[in-house]
Amino acid sequence: MSAAEGVMPTSRGAGVGSNGSAHSRPVLIDIRNLVREYSIGGQTIRALDGVSLQIHHGEFVAIMGPSGSGKSTAMNMIGCLDTPTSGDYILDGYSVAQMSEDDLADLRNQKIGFVFQSFNLLPKTSALENVELPMMYAGVPRRERRRRAEEALVRVGLGERMHNRPNELSGGQQQRVSIARALVNNPALILADEPTGALDSRTTEDILRLFEELHEQGNTIVIVTHEMEVGEHAKRIVHFRDGNVEREEWTDEKAGDAR
Amino acid sequence: MMLEILRVSWRSIRSNKMRSFLTMLGIIIGVMAVVLSSAIGVSSRDSVTSRVESLGSNILTIGPGFAQSGGINHGFGSASTLTVANATAIEKDDPDVALTAPLASDNAQVVFGANNTSAAIEGTNQNYATIKNITMAQGGFLTAADVTHSANVAVLGSQIEQTLFSGYAGSPVGQQIDIQGIPFTVIGVAATQDSTGFENPNDGIAIPVTTEQNLLTGSTTVSQILASAKSSAVMDDAQLEITSTLRVLHQLAPSAANDFQITNQATILSALSGISQTLTYLLDGISAISLLVGGIGIMNIMLVSVTERTREIGIRKAIGARKGIISTQFLLESLTLSLAGALIGLIIGGGGAIVVGQISKTGNLLSPTAVILAVVFSVAIGLIFGVYPARKAANLKPIDALRFE
Repeated sequence: MSAAEGVMPTSRGAGVGSNGSAHSRPVLIDIRNLVREYSIGGQTIRALDGVSLQIHHGEFVAIMGPSGSGKSTAMNMIGCLDTPTSGDYILDGYSVAQMSEDDLADLRNQKIGFVFQSFNLLPKTSALENVELPMMYAGVPRRERRRRAEEALVRVGLGERMHNRPNELSGGQQQRVSIARALVNNPALILADEPTGALDSRTTEDILRLFEELHEQGNTIVIVTHEMEVGEHAKRIVHFRDGNVEREEWTDEKAGDAR
Repeated sequence: MMLEILRVSWRSIRSNKMRSFLTMLGIIIGVMAVVLSSAIGVSSRDSVTSRVESLGSNILTIGPGFAQSGGINHGFGSASTLTVANATAIEKDDPDVALTAPLASDNAQVVFGANNTSAAIEGTNQNYATIKNITMAQGGFLTAADVTHSANVAVLGSQIEQTLFSGYAGSPVGQQIDIQGIPFTVIGVAATQDSTGFENPNDGIAIPVTTEQNLLTGSTTVSQILASAKSSAVMDDAQLEITSTLRVLHQLAPSAANDFQITNQATILSALSGISQTLTYLLDGISAISLLVGGIGIMNIMLVSVTERTREIGIRKAIGARKGIISTQFLLESLTLSLAGALIGLIIGGGGAIVVGQISKTGNLLSPTAVILAVVFSVAIGLIFGVYPARKAANLKPIDALRFE
């Protein structure tokens, strides 16, 4: 069994609400000098070029940048879907860089809730069962799984449509299901990859408001996006360019205006 | 957890009903073939045994040997040196022989009223019915007096009786028939006998051997002598006694080969069961190949399924499924397919075996060994051919799998 087994978020309650200084809370994501190289057709491409980045518990961060800037690779690294060529990544105290595949799977299961652009729900499977899935892999007993999945769906405003399959739901509703799935194991981090990329502007607003609510309830959220309107909802924007962090900005005032 | 994975596998099988069925078909046919072939093998062996035994027990058949003149082999049965007197001598002199019946065969045209047919005319004696286990439907069989007096009497096989007396309401016993223009009185009709597969005992006519020799063939030899041993235990002794008796009677020099041949029923039996055994092996071989092809079919479909569900695998891995869980899921799927195929094959094959058993009247033919073998073999095939696709699925990288369209 892995090191991540049974570990629950510990510092969630430290500062509920969005107004406290993020830096007063413990570090959740600690990336140091991270390098990721791919070899395509004999050529080595350096997608991440020595990135260092820290994100604290309770932060709402947007990672932005044009395509090819390395933001997707960064998101794969942060999400423990990929391992670096060199450098260190410590997620909530666990050193990810040298972990085995199975340990990474456990870590993703316990620490990270994913929200994808194309929702990535299992077809032919009800919303409820989709939300139960992470708990199934975590070994949560059936009855508790059902209860927690129902709670999570109510929390994202889908209490009425639990038994519908993904193809019977609108895009916004599907994204709510996937957010419920991301929430249900109480992860330390909610990692969203272009979560509004497949949605119209009204639904985009709804989903972003949901992320803000989750942030206010104390969840750590990282959104990877190339849309400024989406990034503006975060409290801190990390701009990527050419495989490294170009600059960071804090948007407390702007986010306030947007509401 | 295992139960959950099983449910996932089951759902995937059910969501592709047609494809799952086609995948199972190879296994279904294979298992069906295994069960059926073992049933048919057992059945044919049983029926061969029982039929050979029904011909009469403990029979030794003495036929003509290889006739040789000046080193030229004239082939089997080309000249018979057997006579009625030989038969009588064997019966009288050989302690382990119970009864003998000479057999002079001929084919002749038989007429009754407007009906006529060609029939095998067997010239024999009163012992023939006992040796061959013939029971009479009407009238009686030939008597010793009929043979001594060379009487013009005939006993009809059941099939001949039907052909010859079709349209005739009364009993054939006492009626007169013409065999090759010579009038004979019917004294009995034999009950229907099981066919041996080589000859049909029901389409012959038995007449006294003396009558046949005098009126029809004009020959003093007979084509065969049937001898029954006193028990199956003394078959070999009886064969030796007959051999020495005949050698003396035929005045063969010690260096000369036998001018006759003795066929032991046990030899026929073992030759026949040897054939049916070979047939069973052949069927078993075909079944095994069919199961193998079925297994390859399963692997093929599982590989397609893994490719098709790459994205699903990616989602499951991203959410926290370990490698083992993914490979178990796919392995269970191929196992379920092969096991379900085996069960369906068992039901169909078992039904077939019962039908074969009913038709051949050999009772229950569903051998537990065949059933267990078929199931174990197909489970093994499900495992062996499921491992590769399952490993392929488990080894997919989550980022690649998620990006897959």
